[in-house]
Order: sequence, then structure tokens, then C-alpha cells
Amino acid sequence: MKGASRLPAAARAIVAGDRRALARTITAVENGDPSADPIVRSLYARSGRAPVVGLTGPLGVGKSSLVNALVGRLRSLGLTVGIIGVDPSSPFTGGSVLGDRIRLERRADDTGVFFRSMASRGAAGGVAEATREVSRLLDAAGFDVILVETVGSGQVDVAIRDIASTSIVVVVPHLGDEVQTLKAGLFEIADIFCVNKVDLPGADIAKRDLAELVLLGGRADGWAPPIVGTSTLNAQGIEELWNDVLAHEKFLDESGERVRGERKRLAGEVVGLARDRVGRELNRRLERDPSLRRLLDDVLARRIDPRTAADQLATGGRRTRGR
Amino acid sequence: MAKARAPKETPIRVLIAKPGLDGHDRGAKVVARALRDAGMEVIYAGLRQTPEEIVRAALEEDVDLIGLSILSGAHMALFPRILALLKEHRTSIPVFAGGIIPDEDARRLRKAGIRAIFGPGTSLEEIVTTARSLARRAA
Repeated sequence: MKGASRLPAAARAIVAGDRRALARTITAVENGDPSADPIVRSLYARSGRAPVVGLTGPLGVGKSSLVNALVGRLRSLGLTVGIIGVDPSSPFTGGSVLGDRIRLERRADDTGVFFRSMASRGAAGGVAEATREVSRLLDAAGFDVILVETVGSGQVDVAIRDIASTSIVVVVPHLGDEVQTLKAGLFEIADIFCVNKVDLPGADIAKRDLAELVLLGGRADGWAPPIVGTSTLNAQGIEELWNDVLAHEKFLDESGERVRGERKRLAGEVVGLARDRVGRELNRRLERDPSLRRLLDDVLARRIDPRTAADQLATGGRRTRGR
Repeated sequence: MAKARAPKETPIRVLIAKPGLDGHDRGAKVVARALRDAGMEVIYAGLRQTPEEIVRAALEEDVDLIGLSILSGAHMALFPRILALLKEHRTSIPVFAGGIIPDEDARRLRKAGIRAIFGPGTSLEEIVTTARSLARRAA
């Protein structure tokens, strides 16, 4: 592959299909281990190829079972799949039980599927801090499709939108009346609505409520999210669900929304990373510069206010005093 | 890794799985929960896993530790197979086990490379302490 010789050894191994190297690098990314830094940097150029499909929705709606059904469908189409399953970390102990894998059925020797469980480690929004970079690693490793299953989410867990190219919001019958569909948050991020367990009574009402929501329109990009009924008991609707993903991916390309969306998301990511870096630098200054440490004493003694102190910290000294 | 976060202790990742054919996973779940409460990230692989599936999951998840639960009596067939597969993949992830395992079998399994074996009545505290020290020694 072009330029492969200039990649760090671990990155070369990942591109060549070494799953152990991939697994270890994912751990390093999750742990903030500096050894992952050159690998993540060098593989970025090889990402952005695979569709990243997010599945989100309340807990117990069948996201893991849907992932398994989609994996079956994709494998039958000859496509390889990288999967990230995110589950919550305990706010008390930091521990977690990651159970998304339990639904996965595949042949143990099928190298066309790679599943990684990930704890949210305190991040809000339904995914982990490392999820975006790990999805890029899976992409660079050559998987045709990336699936990301979020934490069983509440009404405001919408961070998947910043990672996935197509977001599927999964619901089940009897989640609530039509007023729920009017609320801001989760239902706004759906590129596709999936009514799972469609064999249960009440599925028609759920689909109708969603259809009304879609009819009201209001999406700036002009995409009308399709509504798919699925049941993983007999793989009902799975083919349709995947076809809707493809239709949305095609829409992104043809409308120019992919480039517009990516640009906006990358701006957010770059600014976020830069902000972290500046923050660390300011913390370092506060620790090392005695005059800046005295600044805090002044704030503590109410001699200056926090905003003025921040001005001085940001400009690196006390020159702005009395501005 | 574009974000160099402050170095802190990283959570131990452990795979809990039940190899072979038995349908009772209460014990495995209780242990999973105890390890969770001890701050570990527990990948729960669930029931009826083949040795191949378990080793595959351990490698993909890049775990520090594997815990096997078995009640069916097939431990003398399944555990050595798992150890052999791990060796084949040149990994030294420590393996501990729990379930109904006669003393004589336990001795042989320890000799074969199972690092700790817990029978009925073992306290969760002992399991957590052992799991932690196995994972830390391997790291």
C-alpha cells in the first residue's frame, strides 16, 4: 500500500490485518497511553472510508441483537464488520460489566468480524471518549462497515451523532405516547428510526407516531428518516434496515451533506483537542510560575475576581491588571 | 492517542465466560458483579462458549485476565484446550476458574497452568483479591 513503509510498525501491522496489534492499540487509546499517539496520527489518513453506523436507543430495546442480525446480513453480503459496543462505567467504582458481546453469534474462525467492548469511563452522551478514534482504527484496519452500539441511552445521549455517518435510533412498542416524539434530543438525531420487536402488540402505533414526527419535517438537510420495523427473532426487516443505511449514505454523498457534516464535526474535534492542550499548558503555568500562584491567593482573598485572574493567566502574567 | 491524559491507574479488563454445555450462570454473574464493584471492566461473554470463541474474545478484548466458570464436569477436556489455544497464540493471559471441580482435577489443572481455582463457598473478597494480583503480576 502506498506510503505504508513510513508508518510505525504497529500501524503497519494493523493495516496488514494483525488483529492483536489492533486490539492492543485500542487498549492504549482507551488508556491515554502515549504509545498510541504516533499510531493514531499516522492512520488517520487511512480512515474515512467505511460507513460508521451508530445504533442508539433506550436500554433493553434490542440494540445488541440488532447488531448481531446486521452482522449476519453484512457477512452474507461478503462485507467485513468492525463493532464497538459501549456500556456504562460505574460512577462510584469505575468498574463495569460489558455485556454487548453476549448476543454476537459468529464462527470462531471468522476473521471478517471484530468485536470490541468499551466502557464509557465517565463520558456523557452514550459513547466513550476513545470511541471516535477507535472507530477510525477499525476503518484503517480495513473493515468495510463499522457498527457502534451506544450505552442504553436516555433522552439526551446524542454524542453518537459526532461519530456515526448514519445514526439509527432504536425504539420498541409502548415506550411512550406521541408527545415523547416531540421532545428534543434523541429523536432529533435519527437518520433511521427502527421499531424493534415489531412482532409485539402496539408496533403499529409506535410506527404511526414516528411517521407523524417525520411528516412534520424540519430537518435542515432535507432527509426524511425512514421507519423500519424489525424483529430479530426471524431477521424480519434486517435487509430493509441495511438498505436504508445505504440509501442514507448515498444521500450524504449526493447532497454534499457528508462533506458539510464532516467539516463541522472535525472543527469541533480539532478545537476540542486544542482546548485540552491549552488547558494542560495553563495548568502547568499555574503550577510553575510563582507570580501566577500568587494570583490564586489574590482571588482567594477577594482582592481580584476570577474573570480578571483568568485574563492574566491567559496572557501569561499580570500585565493586564488595571486594564 | 491525540490526548495525553494524565497517567492514572487503568482499569483491569477481565473476560468471564462459561465454556461448554451448562445452563447455570448465576455464579459467573455474581463473580462478574463483584469484579465490577472492585473497579474492573468485566466483559461478560455468557453461556455455551467454545474454547475457540473464548480465546478469540480474550484476544479481541485485550483482557488482562480470563475467568472460567464450569459446572458440567467437562473441565478436564475444556480447560486444557483453552490453555493450549492461548499458548498457540503466544499469550500468557492468566486464567482462573470456578465451579464444581474435584480436588484431584484441581491439582492437575493447576499444574497445567490454571492459576487459581475456586470451589463453592469461596468468598467474593478472596476471588477479587486473587484476580487483582494475577492481573497485576501479568501486566
